[in-house]
Amino acid sequence: MTSRQQYHDELEALHSRLLEMGSLVEKVVARSVESLAQLDVDAAQNVIDTDDTLDAMEMEIEQRCIRLIALQQPMAADLRLLATILKVVTDLERMADNAVNISEITLRIAGQQLVKPLVDIPKMAALAVQMVHDALAALVQRDEALARAVCERDDAVDDMYAALFEELVDMMKSDTDPIRVSQCANLMFTARFLERIADHATNIGERVVYLVSGERVKLG
Amino acid sequence: MESKQPVMSSRHISLWYDKTRALTDITMDIPEKQVTAIIGPSGCGKSTFLKTLNRMTDLNPAVKMGGFINFLDKPLQQYDVVELRRRVGMVFQKPNPFPKSIYDNITFGLRLQGVKKKSDLDAVVESSLRRAALWDEVKDRLKQSAMGLSGGQQQRLCIARALAVNPEVVLMDEPCSALDPVATAKIEDLILQLKQEYTIVIVTHNMQQAARISDGTAFFLSSQLVEYDTTVKMFENPGDQRTEDYITGRFG
Amino acid sequence: MSKYWQQKLFTIVVSAAALFSVGVLFFAVYWIAKDSIGVISWEFITDMPRRRMTEGGIWPAIVGTVYVSLLTMVFAVPLGIATAIYLNEYASKGWVVRMIRLAIRNLAGVPSIVYGLFGLGLFVSTLGLGHSLLSAALTLALMALPLIVSASEEALKTIPDSFREGALALGATKWQAVRHQVLPFALPGMITGSVLALGRIAGETAPIILTGAAYFYPLIPRSVGEQFMALPYHLYILATQHEQVAVVRPLAYGTALVLLGLVLSMSMGAILVRSYIRRRRTW
Repeated sequence: MTSRQQYHDELEALHSRLLEMGSLVEKVVARSVESLAQLDVDAAQNVIDTDDTLDAMEMEIEQRCIRLIALQQPMAADLRLLATILKVVTDLERMADNAVNISEITLRIAGQQLVKPLVDIPKMAALAVQMVHDALAALVQRDEALARAVCERDDAVDDMYAALFEELVDMMKSDTDPIRVSQCANLMFTARFLERIADHATNIGERVVYLVSGERVKLG
Repeated sequence: MESKQPVMSSRHISLWYDKTRALTDITMDIPEKQVTAIIGPSGCGKSTFLKTLNRMTDLNPAVKMGGFINFLDKPLQQYDVVELRRRVGMVFQKPNPFPKSIYDNITFGLRLQGVKKKSDLDAVVESSLRRAALWDEVKDRLKQSAMGLSGGQQQRLCIARALAVNPEVVLMDEPCSALDPVATAKIEDLILQLKQEYTIVIVTHNMQQAARISDGTAFFLSSQLVEYDTTVKMFENPGDQRTEDYITGRFG
Repeated sequence: MSKYWQQKLFTIVVSAAALFSVGVLFFAVYWIAKDSIGVISWEFITDMPRRRMTEGGIWPAIVGTVYVSLLTMVFAVPLGIATAIYLNEYASKGWVVRMIRLAIRNLAGVPSIVYGLFGLGLFVSTLGLGHSLLSAALTLALMALPLIVSASEEALKTIPDSFREGALALGATKWQAVRHQVLPFALPGMITGSVLALGRIAGETAPIILTGAAYFYPLIPRSVGEQFMALPYHLYILATQHEQVAVVRPLAYGTALVLLGLVLSMSMGAILVRSYIRRRRTW
C-alpha cells in the first residue's frame, strides 16, 4: 500500500507534463533545423508560434513544482525529481528559444542565394537533435548511462561549432558582399544556437545523473 | 559516517522484551556535540534504543540485551547507573514536570546529589533556565507550581531540569510530539543552541524536524538500523530503498 | 413494547432501586434517632455508666473505641502502606506478586469472628498479651490491612509513571524516586483510604469481644495492656445481654447513634478530603 497517494500522483503528473513539454521542444528544435535546411518559411513560422505555448507550459510546471515543495515537503528521490524538473524546464524553455532564433534566421535568409550549400550545419543540427532526443529519453527511463553518453557527445558539437566558426570567419574576411557577410553572420549564429541547444541537452543529461544517483556532476 | 569523536558507540545491540525482538544488532556511533536524530515508524525500536543509552531499559525486568554500548572510555554497564543517568540526561515525550514549584523541579537532581547551599541552587536554577530559554518567562514565578506552565514551557522546564545536573549527553524522546508548532519551533531552536555544549540524541517521528535540526540521522525499521548517515545525505539521497520509501512517504 | 416504553420502564426500575437503598439508610438513621434523641445529652456522652448500666453515660466506650481504632491504625497503616509500596513499586510483575495480591484479597473476605478467634489464639494466648487493648488493636489491624493495602495501591497507581521515570532519569535511586516523587503525592490518598478502612473497622464487634473488650469496665484505660469498653460491644450488651433489656433500650439506641455518628463522620470526612484532593490534583 502506498501512502500520500495524492501527492505522489501529482508528482507523477508533473513528471509526465515535463516529458510532454520535452517532446514538444524536441519537435520544435527538429522542425526549426529542418526549416532552415529547406528554407521552409511556414515551418519556421510554426516554430515561432509554438513558443508561447511552451512559455506557458514552463510557467505552469514551475508553479506546480513550487506548490508541491511548499505544501508537501518532498524528500529524497521526490526532492531530487522536483529539483530536476525545475532545472530541466528552464533548459527546455531555452532550447525552444534557440529554436525560435534559428527559425527567425530561416525567415531572414529565405529567398537568398546561399553562400555555400548547408553541409556542416545540418550535420551539427542532426547531432544536437539526437542529443535532445536522447537526453529526454534518459529522463523518461531514468537511464544514467544514456544521460552520461549524451553529455559525452557535447564535445563533438563544440568541435564542429569551433570549426564552423573558423570557416565562416574566413569567409567573411574574404568577402565584401554585405548580403553574403550578413548571411555568414546568420549562419554563425545558427551554429551558436545549435551549440547552445546541445549544451542544454547536456544540462538535462547532468540533471538525469543527479536524479538517479544524487550525484551532482559537470559533464561535457 | 565520518564525523567528530563519538561520545557513545553502540556495538551489536540486540534487545528482547520477553520473546519479542525490539532491537537487532544495532551498531552506531553518537558523535560529540552534534544532534543525532533517530527516525522510523512506530514500533521500529527507536525509543527503545534511546532508552538503552541511559539504561532506562534496565527498569523493565522483561528486557534481555546483547551487545554493548560504550560511553566515552568504558561500557555503560561499568558505570553506576545513578551516575550514568546524571551524565546522560533524558527528556520525555510528554512534558513531565513534577507537581512542585519551578524552582524545586530544577533543583531536584542537585538535591539528590546533596547540594544544599541556597546560593549554589539559585545559580543553577538561573543558568539552567537561561540555557533552556525559559528564564525570562518564569523568573518572577519560580516558586509557583510548574503545572501552571504551558505545554511548551513545561517541556523546556524538563530540558532545564535535565541540564541542571550538568549532563554530557541529552536524550530526547519525541520531545515535541505533544506541542503546538510555535512551542515546537522554540524547542527546535533550543536544541540547535544546546548542541554547542551538549551531545543530543533525539527520537522523532517528525521527519521534517529531523531534517531541520539534526546533523546525522539514523533510520530504524522493524528493530533494525537500516541506514545511518549525515542528515543531508539521508534526506536528499538515501542509500537504502527502504529509507527512500519511508522518507518520501511511500512506506506503509 | 415500544423502545420508548422499554426505556422508560427501565429508567423507573433502576431509579426505584436506587431510591430504595437511600431510603433504607435514611429510615435506619431515623429509626435509631427517634428513640435515642431523648437520651443523648452531654452527660450521656461524658459520664461513666452507673447502676449496672441502667443509668449514666457511655464515655469509657467512646474512649475505648477511639483508642482501639487509633492503635489499630498505628499498626496497620505503616504496614499496609509499606506493603502497597512493595507491591506497586518494587515487586516485579510475576506470579509471586499475583499470589500476594490474591492472598490479600481473600484476607478481606474472612469473617470477622474468625479474625477474633485467630487474635485470641495468637495475641491473647500464645504471645501472652492477654485480654487487652493491644491484642484487640493487633487483631483489628490484621482486618484493616487488606483494606489499607488496596487503598494505598490505588493511590500509588494514580501517580503517573512519568514522575518515576523523570526522577530516575535525573539520577535518582529507586528509593529516592519513590520517596520524593511518588509518596508525597500518593500519601493523601493513602491516608484517606486508611481512614475509610478505619470507619469500617471501628464498628467491628466480634474480634474485640474475643480479644480485649470488656463487658463492664468503667475506667479509661491507661495502658495498652488493659481491657476496655467499646461502643459496638456495649451496644450488643445493652441490646441483648442486659438483664433489664427493656429498661436500657433507650440507652442502646443512644449508643447506636453515637457509634453511627462516629463512623459516618470519619467516612464523610475522608471522602470530603479525598474529593478535595482529587479536584486539586494538577497532573
